Amino acid sequence: MTVRPMTGARQIPVADGLFTWPSGRPRLIGARCAACGLVGFPAGSACERCGGTEVTQHLLPDRGTLWTFTTQDFRPPSPPYDGADTPATFQPYALGYVELAGEVMVEARLTEPDPARLAIGQPMRLAIVPYTVLADGTEVMTFAFAPAGESTASAPEET
Amino acid sequence: MEAVIVGVGLHPFGRFPGKSAMDMAADAVRAALADAGVGWPQVQAGFVGSLEVYNPDAIVGRLGLTGVPLRGVFNGCATAGTALAMAARAIETGEHDLTIAIGMDKHPRGAFAADPSVAGLPSWYGQTGMYLTTHFFGMKINRYMHDHGITEQTLARVAAKNFRNASGNDKAWRRTPLSVAEILASPVLNYPLRQFMYCGPDEGAGAVVLCRADQANRYAGRPVRVRGCALRSRRIGAFEVQSPSVPAGDQAPGPTVDASREAYEIAGIGPQDVAVAQLQDTDAGSEIIHLAENGLCKDGEQERMIADGETEIGGRLPVNTDGGLIGNGEPIGASGLRQIHELVLQLRGAAGARQVPGEPAVGYAHLYGAPGVSAVTVLST
Repeated sequence: MTVRPMTGARQIPVADGLFTWPSGRPRLIGARCAACGLVGFPAGSACERCGGTEVTQHLLPDRGTLWTFTTQDFRPPSPPYDGADTPATFQPYALGYVELAGEVMVEARLTEPDPARLAIGQPMRLAIVPYTVLADGTEVMTFAFAPAGESTASAPEET
Repeated sequence: MEAVIVGVGLHPFGRFPGKSAMDMAADAVRAALADAGVGWPQVQAGFVGSLEVYNPDAIVGRLGLTGVPLRGVFNGCATAGTALAMAARAIETGEHDLTIAIGMDKHPRGAFAADPSVAGLPSWYGQTGMYLTTHFFGMKINRYMHDHGITEQTLARVAAKNFRNASGNDKAWRRTPLSVAEILASPVLNYPLRQFMYCGPDEGAGAVVLCRADQANRYAGRPVRVRGCALRSRRIGAFEVQSPSVPAGDQAPGPTVDASREAYEIAGIGPQDVAVAQLQDTDAGSEIIHLAENGLCKDGEQERMIADGETEIGGRLPVNTDGGLIGNGEPIGASGLRQIHELVLQLRGAAGARQVPGEPAVGYAHLYGAPGVSAVTVLST
């Protein structure tokens, strides 16, 4: 899947089957176990609770609350991290677990890097954001959560 | 038949350029055998663990090719708990009379790095910078501080204690004491955790010799009883390291809680009986959380306990008396045998300047690591 916004670089998702995109309101693609009903993310081939292998795709709510968070202040070992930055140019980012409407807590990058501007319990919503750029200028997109109310180009407010 | 420890050996932890993990482990084994007063040919079976050494069982080439069955074991940071438990079990079942547990590692500098596929996780999890253990610890303690009123000052006090304990331990890596102020001035790595609140991967090795309790008088080392060993993996609903998602709603206890309860039950010993504890202090926050998860206090009680010095040597419940992981670093395969080495010295009354006063009778060792696994060992005189 490739997107070529009118104003910007070519964009590709970091993985297929992770989120619905491009979309005016993207969603994370989870799975629901046919046997026990557990919702998990990412969509895997087996249920983490009962081991059932019959799972169906389940789009996760795109809103939730921040259960906990931290920051990543040093560049992660690379590989596996494939950011185009270097230890000198690395920009710290925040990470958290966002509880989505009582279904599941998802670990994600947060768009707000300053821990002083994050708080446990605050409302969050899904955003699809670039996290690195390939040599040819293509932006690689991943999922993140933004404090609800903050706008991003790729996740507009529902109209 | 009960298993008892009759020999311990520890190669110092730190950086040893030019010395292989296996050579360190051979030194540790020789020290443990000397402590027990036995020779390698008398060892009937063993269990050996390492992350970096692909065939740690090749150590037989340095100790003597006696044909001894030496089995490789691995459970991440809990590896040495498995090595010790299996070596004890081989005696408890009557299969063997004299066994050994060995651990060794030699890690490169910096945070552990691997492809997420080694833990069954998708590539994007690593590509986007989430396949790290350190940020999990930041997230877990951030929530814990929010829920239970633990302050940043308390995080720094735990790290300062462990550096202080390490400063009196000639086998420790980081032997320079650091003040609470110096720790709080170090850079944040994963909010709220700072550089000097974390342990670092390093190098080292350990070995423990065990025998049947009714044969302990044949050996030189003063015996310490292995009262209970347990290893548990994460249950659904527990908030665990390297989890792209966790079910919402009521959380399940972590594997530490499960392993701890099982080990106490097997031992017939309760948390109130523990006189000295070695708890997995991957970071200062982990030591605080693990105090409660191992039943050694209630959630939130740590703020007062640590301010009052209760976890210091000389306090009510000394924790990580040899400096723990913060003071010693973590060679994964060996880390838990360092804990056992320290507890054996403490229970023998042979820990020198860092000896816990009052003749401690019960020692407690706890490991925790990826992918949500914990091992607990209860020892007594």
